[in-house]
Amino acid sequence: MKKEFLVYIGILILAIILYFFVTEPVTFSPTVSLIIIGLIGLALVLIFVRTIMGKLVGRRTVFSFVAISVVVPFFMTVEQPIQTSPEVQSLYQAVLDLKPGSKVLVSFDYDPPSAPELQPMAETFFSLCLERDLRIIIMGLWPQGPQQAEMALQKVMDEPAIASKNYRYGIDYVNLGFQVGNEFVIQRMGDDISSMFQTDYYGTPYDSLPLMRNITNFSNIDFSFNLSAGYPGTVEWVQVAVDRYGVDLGAGNTAVQAPQMYPYLRAGQLKGLLGGLNGAAEFEKAAGRIGKGTKFMVSQSFSHVIVIAFIIIGNAAFFLGERRRKEEVVE
Amino acid sequence: MRREVPLIITAVVGIVFVIQYFIPHYPFNQLNSWFSDWFSIIGACAIWLGALNLIKISADKIYRKRAGWGYAVVIILSFLVITLIGLFEGESFRDFGTKFDWMYRFVYTPLASTMFALLAFFVASASYRAFRARNLEATLLLLAAFFVMIGRVPVGDAIAMKLSIPEVIYPSGVAVWIMNVINAAGQRAILIGIALGIVSTSVRVILGIERSYLGGD
Amino acid sequence: MNNRNGIFIFLVLIVLMGPGGIVQGQVQDVSNDDATVVDSVSAIPPNVTPVMVRNLTVRDNPNDQGGAIRLNWHLSVDDYDGGKVTAYRILRSIGADGEFEEVGDVPAGNDQFTDNNAEDGTDYYYRVAAINSLKQDGQVLWTVASDSDPVGPVSSSAQWFDFQRVNMFIGVIFVCAAILYFIRQAKSGKELFIRKIAGLDSVDEAVGRATEMGKKIFFIPGINDMDNVQTIAGVTILGRVAQLAAEYETWIEVPVCKSLVMITAKEVVKEAYAKAGRPDAFNENQVHYLTDDQFGYAAAIDGMIVREKPATIFYMGAFFAESLIMAETGNASGAIQIAGTAMPSQLPFFVAACDYTLIGEELFAASAYLSREPKLLGSLKGQDVSKGVILVAIIIGVILESFNIFQLSNWFSVIE
Repeated sequence: MKKEFLVYIGILILAIILYFFVTEPVTFSPTVSLIIIGLIGLALVLIFVRTIMGKLVGRRTVFSFVAISVVVPFFMTVEQPIQTSPEVQSLYQAVLDLKPGSKVLVSFDYDPPSAPELQPMAETFFSLCLERDLRIIIMGLWPQGPQQAEMALQKVMDEPAIASKNYRYGIDYVNLGFQVGNEFVIQRMGDDISSMFQTDYYGTPYDSLPLMRNITNFSNIDFSFNLSAGYPGTVEWVQVAVDRYGVDLGAGNTAVQAPQMYPYLRAGQLKGLLGGLNGAAEFEKAAGRIGKGTKFMVSQSFSHVIVIAFIIIGNAAFFLGERRRKEEVVE
Repeated sequence: MRREVPLIITAVVGIVFVIQYFIPHYPFNQLNSWFSDWFSIIGACAIWLGALNLIKISADKIYRKRAGWGYAVVIILSFLVITLIGLFEGESFRDFGTKFDWMYRFVYTPLASTMFALLAFFVASASYRAFRARNLEATLLLLAAFFVMIGRVPVGDAIAMKLSIPEVIYPSGVAVWIMNVINAAGQRAILIGIALGIVSTSVRVILGIERSYLGGD
Repeated sequence: MNNRNGIFIFLVLIVLMGPGGIVQGQVQDVSNDDATVVDSVSAIPPNVTPVMVRNLTVRDNPNDQGGAIRLNWHLSVDDYDGGKVTAYRILRSIGADGEFEEVGDVPAGNDQFTDNNAEDGTDYYYRVAAINSLKQDGQVLWTVASDSDPVGPVSSSAQWFDFQRVNMFIGVIFVCAAILYFIRQAKSGKELFIRKIAGLDSVDEAVGRATEMGKKIFFIPGINDMDNVQTIAGVTILGRVAQLAAEYETWIEVPVCKSLVMITAKEVVKEAYAKAGRPDAFNENQVHYLTDDQFGYAAAIDGMIVREKPATIFYMGAFFAESLIMAETGNASGAIQIAGTAMPSQLPFFVAACDYTLIGEELFAASAYLSREPKLLGSLKGQDVSKGVILVAIIIGVILESFNIFQLSNWFSVIE
């Protein structure tokens, strides 16, 4: 245990040093970025050769390369073309089809650990809605959801194009806050939203909010968008809101959860789907906006390539090992 | 009676919950929310049992100086600090700028994000170990993983463009096809099986055939 | 200036200001014969009043708890991109000649609205007004409207059965009937075949390994509460594993994420020890609470695995993103791992990191498989028959849909 505490203290000292001495953002030029990419590629080739020679790579080497592939691209200057997939395009189109003044319900069902993937989706969605004069109603089935919504909304409201429209809280957008109860909340909203949210996030009574005055339940909502990282999330929204109340629903999910949503997308229960950071980047591309999704995709691209490289190296080690075993058996 | 009363309650509540799904008339439309409110109340009361259990075990570990007792000190100190800060800040303890909010944003959030970030390393090591072309099925799995991984990032199409690969078999298109056709079919099959498993288990629990969760037969 | 000139100038001013005052002030009744309402703070251009909606119908909203009336109408002919309609306003009154008040609005392009604030048994009359308005910098400059004729009377009421769910009702009856039928068959002594499930066959081996190595068994029942069926299934399996551990005198530890699960698991493990004939070997601290937080729980489990190096780890229940964190750590520590979950997104991680994985419904079948009780096996058979029926329906449906016959698949969706 003593060794572990010494490691913790060492990391703390390193963090303090970096905090005080690295004051400007560090960016590598395109040339330096290409050199770094080349060096990493060479290192992978070297590992591959060593594997063929029988010197297998350990878990710590894999972890080190993953760490480098995620962290280093933050400082690099690399551009990559992003194509929009059909499920992202259909969500974008669903929002474009809404007329100005349409009411959009956005449910924030995630917490800070999932924010790197879902927050860029939220910001782009808000930006798109506000550009098109849609009315936004925010809620959350996770406790930290409305807080994440506030952060996304604040960021988007500061953009010049949105700020000039002078949107007003309570009239153009509302944050109803968090409500405990998981899928029961969705079910009760299908009958009466005010029974679940007597006040908004700031304590204002439901009936005092002009935007909510004529909204009783889902039949008065034109489109819903759910950002989900687990339970309760998109599955519950589909099972209750879509199947029972006929809500038009789009979803943004973490990359781990997104494959589970494809049956709902194929059945038409979801109007569109954003999957992981890649989905966020594609949505930003469709909306003509450069946000964190696009910027972080470089790291994602790198780490995917590194993992594929190690899968190839692992298979090389496996086949060589099989061949040696067969040779020993023959002998 | 110790076993009969819970079984009767389970049966009655279970059957009522099934019926209320089909009857929109009052009071059936309210039953779901009434019971969920009760569950939330019971869960909120029960959380104290868990917290006290945690403190008891940690204190015991410290007292007997068992292996890893230093971490038990961290548990108790963290528990006390966060509870006392929340109590002293009153009703607005979650507002922006409070000490509780500071601890949430600068202690809890980075810790939770770090644990989630560990997944990146574990996915890499699991992939390195698991994706071996041992047989035909494993090879198909490997190929699907390859196309989905390379197709879900822009660099896949960029490499395909450089190698002059026909656009119809660009990695992104193949990845979309795998997700929409193969993955969707597999997910549907698993979901149908799981749904039927849940129905079967629920029927057994409601009818009292399955009683292990009460504590043995 | 003499009086005659003053009167002349006064009359000229009246003539000039009069029309301007009518346009800029509050004005009633502009264009067509139906009642229209106009609000404006600036000049209203000519020819902006939209044509009213047609064929307004009102009825009690079906299959609901009451208090709702559904309105449908044909869109105004002026409702198109760039047309004169910006929204529709819904107005309601208790009498045909009574005062109409606004109950809601929908953007242009919508041809239906549900009034959810109706009182059951009260007769209402409705009108729909096609609205045209101009907005600038967040302020409405002018609004014109064309009201439809009032339609009614209509009243709302609650229904005793939701006919949109009749297909689900039949499905539930069928599945339950199949399960009960085969439970009865099993009770009558009929032999029921159940296929091998490798993960469950290895439970004995896994517990035995921990006994030989003199190390602990960890049982992790997921991170959901007792209201989740997976947790119930996990706790059921815990009973069987704990009984085996008690017989082999191996320490089994159950760190849990929820307080209610802790209470239930304690009872289950205690009973298991009693059944194995070793009630005094049970220790209260075997089942203990860690934290409700997902990643805090994963961190605690990881720490326990790294420090205590258990020989066997069971993951049985609902898991989310923390599944791979725990399973990979267990794999690195050298433990034999058996997992079971009905979370499709986590199954690949468990398959990659664990020695045996129960996929989806195998988790729910575990209780029947391990106990071999006829009643439990009968329920599995009923479940399988239901799956067979669904499989046949899928095959027939795919064939029919290939020939553009959609009736069968329509029957499986929510009925409108």
